[in-house]
Amino acid sequence: MKILVLISNVPDTTTKVRFTGDNTSFDDAGVQWIINPWDELALTRAMELKEAGGVDKITVANVGEKTTEPTLRKALAVGADDAIRVDVPARDAYFVARQLAEVAKDYDLILAGIEASDYNGNAVGGMLAEMLDFNSVSAVSGISIDGDKFTVNREIDGGSQLLSITGPLVAIVQKGIAKEPRIPAMRGIMMARKKPLNVVAAVDAHEKTSYVNYELPAPKAACKMVDEENAKELITLLHEEAKVL
Amino acid sequence: MDFEFSEEQLMIQQAARDYAQRELIQDVLERDEKAVFPEKHIKNLAELGFMGMMVDPEYGGSGMDTVSYVLAMEEISKIDAATSVIMSINNSLVCFGLDKFGNDEQKKKYLTPLASGEIIGAFLLSEPEAGSDATHQHTTAEDKGDYYLLNGTKNWISNANSASTYIVMAQTHPEKKHRGINAFIIEKNTPGISLGPHEDKMGMRSSDTHSVMFSDVKVPKENRIGADGFGFKFAMMVLEAGRIGIASQALGIASGALERATAYAKERKAFGTELANHQAIAFKLADMAVKIENARNLCLKAAWLKDNNKPITVASAMAKQYAADMAMEVTTEAVQIHGGYGYVKEYHVERLMREAKLTQIYEGTSEIQKIVISRDVLKD
Repeated sequence: MKILVLISNVPDTTTKVRFTGDNTSFDDAGVQWIINPWDELALTRAMELKEAGGVDKITVANVGEKTTEPTLRKALAVGADDAIRVDVPARDAYFVARQLAEVAKDYDLILAGIEASDYNGNAVGGMLAEMLDFNSVSAVSGISIDGDKFTVNREIDGGSQLLSITGPLVAIVQKGIAKEPRIPAMRGIMMARKKPLNVVAAVDAHEKTSYVNYELPAPKAACKMVDEENAKELITLLHEEAKVL
Repeated sequence: MDFEFSEEQLMIQQAARDYAQRELIQDVLERDEKAVFPEKHIKNLAELGFMGMMVDPEYGGSGMDTVSYVLAMEEISKIDAATSVIMSINNSLVCFGLDKFGNDEQKKKYLTPLASGEIIGAFLLSEPEAGSDATHQHTTAEDKGDYYLLNGTKNWISNANSASTYIVMAQTHPEKKHRGINAFIIEKNTPGISLGPHEDKMGMRSSDTHSVMFSDVKVPKENRIGADGFGFKFAMMVLEAGRIGIASQALGIASGALERATAYAKERKAFGTELANHQAIAFKLADMAVKIENARNLCLKAAWLKDNNKPITVASAMAKQYAADMAMEVTTEAVQIHGGYGYVKEYHVERLMREAKLTQIYEGTSEIQKIVISRDVLKD
């Protein structure tokens, strides 16, 4: 069994977001890049499945320029066996899925984070499954290998659902898939450079969206204190300013 | 000149940060309060490779450089210096001493389990009457032909109870003074070794400190490190390298205090605005940051010299003296910025202040470091 884990290279979740070029592009100056937290959990689950036996190889794949390689090497340090980088800047979900489809054909299980913490797109996993004609389950919070099938736990409204599904499968995973991401051991960090990181050329594809403009959320308004005796003022504020009454 | 860290060094720094901020933080207050040894954390840190960072993988280590060690020590110490001292003693005194001066058999038998963190070690030099003055060792190691017979008491021994392997300095030829001292590898369960009570310390409370008594302890001849009379030189060279570990620990304590003080100053309001908007507080934070950066540069330079096999005596003494004294100043300011909250345990900075104090005392007091530095300044 071969597992492919999709890895998005995203800004650290504590990054102070800024835009440049008249708010048309994200300012990545001084940004620290990390593995998308959902992908990191997916990789952790892949490691657990391999340790339980029955998995021959874990590959990680990313669409991005050379600057994303430290993120892939961290995944190798955590324990992936090899890595693939499709050498082109990620444009939009369709473009990324199209590139990944070229390298993902030979895997039995593909684990994709439910979204990336930068654009929260929620799209690549589903698109990839469609392009490859693989089965696909979203909102997966548990997965195990059961002979030639997969047992998958899916979160549904008000509960969860247990599915048995044949491969090849794209499992779009969310929180709960693994307890917490693994910290790479030093031996893994040293070995990461010796593991294969294959750079493949991009295929011809066109993005379906373009970014027009970015906007930061409005700053939080200051808290207004109303005297406990003054219910009338509170009602006026709720009606005229907060507009909730 | 290159101030860039390698990708591996950054990954190790991040791994140490993740472990400290995710795991050590959980029970640090409770362990400090109850003086509980961090057994689970030491096991986890060993699995991640932090207990024998600079030892060759052939002997169970991680094969990293000293710069990585400084980065890791800073991150662990930001959260929990009691855990980082256990790590520091094992790495830079015990493993380094055996790696550098042990013979192949000693390395295979003792260094491998120590560097992999399967067991931990302790370094026994201080005595009731010989702390900073290591030339006067009262513990004796009588040469009995096939073995040495050890008698005496060692004081302030970190890891004394949790360690399985001791490195012990003792006097074999009193007439030769410090040139008669030997260093020995001794298994803790050897008959004749007993421990004094657990020391109830001001800080670093979850590291276990005891005195250790030797009463007619037989040590095989093959457990002596180096030639007869090498012990004092051994201890000095090991301590010289060890200072980089404690200097980095002091650096971490201080940078942990700055992080907490900065966060507090941005949040807490006084006179209608956040503390950080009062220049008196902002300037304190600026002073702290400059001092920390100075200490970091001294630590990294000493580490770089060691990694490049250059003399480190003065550089490591400067790093330790400056970083330790700086940590005391910076943690005191962090408590001051927190006001009354700084004086209660929940806010951590009082603990960091208690931990900082020890860095000025152990592995060579600040005064001893100044002796080393001034001798170099004054030499002809």
